Amino acid sequence: MEVVFGYPGGAVLSIYDALYDDDRIKHVLTRHEQGAVHAADGYARATGKPGVVIATSGPGATNLVTGIANAYMDSVPLVAITGQVACNMIGKDSFQEADITGITQPITKYSYLVKDVNHLARIVREAFHIASTGRPGPVVIDLPKDVTAARAEFRYPPEIDLPGYQYMYNGITAKLNCAVEAIKRAKKPVIYAGGGVIASGAHEELLQFAERIQAPVTTTLMGKGAFPDTHPLSLGMLGMHGTCYANYAVSECDLLIGLGVRFDDRVTGRVDTFAPNAEIIHVDIDPAEVGKNVNIDIPLVGDVRSILVDLLREIEPQRHDQWLDTVYRWRRDYPLSYCTKKDTIKPQYVVEEIYKVTNGEAFITTEVGQHQMWAAQYYHCKYPRRFVSSGGLGTMGFGFPAALGVQIAYPDAVVFDIAGDGSIQMNIQELATAVQYKLPVNIAILNNHYLGMVRQWQEMFFNKRYSHSNMAGNPDFVKLAQAYGAEGLRVERPEDVRPALEEAINSPKPFVLDFVVDEEENVYPMVPPGGSLNKMLGGSK
Amino acid sequence: MLKHTLALLVVNRPTVLSHISGLISRRAFNIDSIAAGPTEDPKVTRITLVVECEPDEIDQVIKQLAKLVDVIKITNLTSTKAISRELALIKVRAPAENRSDIVDIVNIFRAKIVDVNRETMVIELTGEVDKTDALLEVLQEHGIIEIVRTGRIALARGPEPAREMGE
Repeated sequence: MEVVFGYPGGAVLSIYDALYDDDRIKHVLTRHEQGAVHAADGYARATGKPGVVIATSGPGATNLVTGIANAYMDSVPLVAITGQVACNMIGKDSFQEADITGITQPITKYSYLVKDVNHLARIVREAFHIASTGRPGPVVIDLPKDVTAARAEFRYPPEIDLPGYQYMYNGITAKLNCAVEAIKRAKKPVIYAGGGVIASGAHEELLQFAERIQAPVTTTLMGKGAFPDTHPLSLGMLGMHGTCYANYAVSECDLLIGLGVRFDDRVTGRVDTFAPNAEIIHVDIDPAEVGKNVNIDIPLVGDVRSILVDLLREIEPQRHDQWLDTVYRWRRDYPLSYCTKKDTIKPQYVVEEIYKVTNGEAFITTEVGQHQMWAAQYYHCKYPRRFVSSGGLGTMGFGFPAALGVQIAYPDAVVFDIAGDGSIQMNIQELATAVQYKLPVNIAILNNHYLGMVRQWQEMFFNKRYSHSNMAGNPDFVKLAQAYGAEGLRVERPEDVRPALEEAINSPKPFVLDFVVDEEENVYPMVPPGGSLNKMLGGSK
Repeated sequence: MLKHTLALLVVNRPTVLSHISGLISRRAFNIDSIAAGPTEDPKVTRITLVVECEPDEIDQVIKQLAKLVDVIKITNLTSTKAISRELALIKVRAPAENRSDIVDIVNIFRAKIVDVNRETMVIELTGEVDKTDALLEVLQEHGIIEIVRTGRIALARGPEPAREMGE
């Protein structure tokens, strides 16, 4: 552990006192505990190492709840250290007391309330082990004030004794053989790759595997970067706002190979019409994911990378020229597209320009909403861990603090938070953190003066009754950035987009770009909620 | 909806029961009964959980429970040969004129009378859950004042302990 993100308070004063003159651990002070936990999450997603956050008891701890839930839904390794009132005050409704292990029980992989300082070394070791192995996830360590003030001899336990904690790393051989046979039999295979591929570090094996069996690859939002979006076999994202060709391919395939995915409702649409003609192989380290939402023909429980290595050993090159022709024809006939309008910036255009100007090499974080979907559609990722987005929980306000975590991990990298004008205001206070630590994060606000995704649904499903989705009270983002000591620029014309992006990238300061975009642009294609994948609105057959 | 009997061996920690009951409720499964107690190993608690769900759901219940860090082992005793029992204490109205009637019923059910006073009796019954239900049904007309039931506990027949049984 090198970096912690946090916010001090009464119950963690002893911890902060220890950090005061410690030069091994870098502490980053955010302006809100939620900012700290999202920053730790972003750090973890970008590096693969567990993120660490510290908050005080009571409100400090409860301010972490959304961030912990966010990490839990997206299987991010995170250790949250919370202060607690002294042991003899627990249960008495003491000042700044909250039962944080109880509150976070449904959203953590495990949690500890430490009642004896002699257990602390063992618990910290176990917490990091649980957070980062198997299916990763958040672990809470709740530390009463008197425990952190106490002294003990440091004894790091040589072994971990957790009799109930087990996960299967290698798949079962008999099932592997079934999978090999199914792959050889398949005429129209599709690979559906998710966050598990990135978590297990299987991107190179996936590339080899896809090329070997000549199967097109579609990725989930969490799987973005698991397979290069620029590869000929790439179909981009599938699901509600996936590409038409990815959704057609899944709907028509005879073999669907799910790798580190969980058949989320935003991916499957109507479950009973999902991949109707396909035999389904599902590889995941979490046995509870197999068969949870969709019936699986060939379950392979284990680490995606380990199983891909085994499959690669058994499988000869396959050819599916006819199938690939069909899929490529869909890609040609039903591409992602949007209409341009003279003198109006289209949000998709901004994302395309960010992609071009960074050559696809930047770290992208997003908030949640329309801009997130446009980022997923139009920013083509070549590498894993460079697209950081709140998938499962859909947390507005995640992207900016997450970008700070990414920038802390990679100080020289170009980092962009692609944001909406709604989302960015949920953790805008972290501009102070960015300025204090001289983090040159770029924020690209696709400002449509609306909660765009809410407005889109109101337009489509609620008769254009735009109930409370208009952001009439937006601040002047440029002045706001300047007030914090960051830089800002408002961009209103398409021809100014590129120079503005270049200026932001070249600036050593945090930079807020306020792109005033077309207010009523919608995200297409779209599978209406509960609809079948092959029935999309916008840009389809 | 079927009732499934699961034997869980769990690490003896104060939070483990709430982890299990919390998981069952938030995944929208129904607990019929839950009974916990110490085992031959002081570090391990055994919980008998009766869950009501569709046959295709029980797999998911078991997998989700198995993910809990403190759950060491789960054995599904529903379709194995197992002995299952619960203990019930029943306080029933028993004025002098009805007492012999109630004593007859208690004898037929091989239950025991463990407390008597001028107005009431407490009956202790051990048996399968249906047997308790049947006794309660018969005692209904005499006026049941209160009941307490432990919920089902279960143990497989044969020499093999749950900790060594296959999935």
